[in-house]
Amino acid sequence: MKTFTKTKMLTDAPMHYCPGCTHGIVHRLVAESIEELGLQEKCIGIAPVGCAVFAYDYFNCDMQEAAHGRAPAVATGIKRCLPDRLVFVYQGDGDLASIGMAETVHAAARGENITIIFINNSIYGMTGGQMAPTTLIGQKATTCQKGRDPSVNGYPIRVCELLATLDAPYYIERVATHDVKHVLAAKRAIKKALQFQAEGRGYSFVEVLVSCPTNWHMAPVDALRFMGEECTKTFPLGVYRDKSEGKI
Amino acid sequence: MTSVKINEALCKGCGLCANACPKNVLSLSKHNMNAKGYFVAEVVNPQHCIGCTFCAIMCPDCAITVSE
Ligand SMILES: Cc1ncc(C[n+]2csc(CCOP(=O)(O)OP(=O)(O)O)c2C)c(N)n1
Ligand code: SF4
Ligand code: SF4
Ligand code: SF4
Ligand SMILES: [Mg+2]
Repeated sequence: MKTFTKTKMLTDAPMHYCPGCTHGIVHRLVAESIEELGLQEKCIGIAPVGCAVFAYDYFNCDMQEAAHGRAPAVATGIKRCLPDRLVFVYQGDGDLASIGMAETVHAAARGENITIIFINNSIYGMTGGQMAPTTLIGQKATTCQKGRDPSVNGYPIRVCELLATLDAPYYIERVATHDVKHVLAAKRAIKKALQFQAEGRGYSFVEVLVSCPTNWHMAPVDALRFMGEECTKTFPLGVYRDKSEGKI
Repeated sequence: MTSVKINEALCKGCGLCANACPKNVLSLSKHNMNAKGYFVAEVVNPQHCIGCTFCAIMCPDCAITVSE
């Protein structure tokens, strides 16, 4: 028999996310991992622009808000000034793969010793459901109302695969949040990524597939089914780089 | 005996907990609405709970506590 209580690495502030949005699950996984690694006092998080903009109210550690897309650059500065701190970045797909793609790629190419938690819900959640670089072919958004058409809108960007073409990253994995088994696997990946940073091994990146029931126009349980059945086809789960296992 | 508790003030009635529970311990209320206007999750079959914590693992709002 197991027990479950909320980690002290999360504050008591009620989260503002929509019902069933799995941003909340990922917050908990990151917070639990930091607590289990005993790094709460050393931790500095960077919050994005997007639905997770208030992440600084939820994590019980020092937090810095970054301008849209610039979180990896801010993290670079903080980590280089304070190399003994654990610096994590929490970013959505619009933030990380659209406006912030340059910062994303260059921080990875430099092999900054930081950890990126990439929240891929294949949509711009905060601004009301516009197409993201990660929107699936055929998926509807306010800016592609008949569904994403590659001849007009191009193709979804697979960020893990893209970053895995670079030499520097130490660890890159894609995980999901559609059921208990996958949430537990996501936790293992996030904890591993933070641990690698604490050991000074270099850049670690975990992409987490997350639901946006509101802008997908689905009930929360249906959104999880969609993630498991559809999102994982375009975004295959797995380890794309793990230098500790010799996977280059 | 395991006890599962819902913090009704935090609950958003999303149903992910009930969906994850292998023993049908939880269900969304049709009557009990919290201050935010959500019909909250309720413990309907407490005697069937096996303490697996699946409900808490899937709750996005940390509204569930499982204790012995
Ligand atoms: C410089 C700038 N451009 C545009 C915006 C508008 N904006 C706010 S959030 C956002 C995208 C959010 O999408 P994502 O990063 O995927 O986060 P989500 O809300 O889906 O978690 C945009 C374009 C902004 N705040 N600042
Ligand atoms: S808009 Fe989407 S991503 Fe944003 S809080 Fe709501 S469900 Fe979550
Ligand atoms: S602990 Fe397991 S059995 Fe008990 S209510 Fe939660 S999911 Fe159901
Ligand atoms: S998962 Fe959490 S927020 Fe959703 S209905 Fe259950 S207790 Fe409420
Ligand atoms: Mg998004």
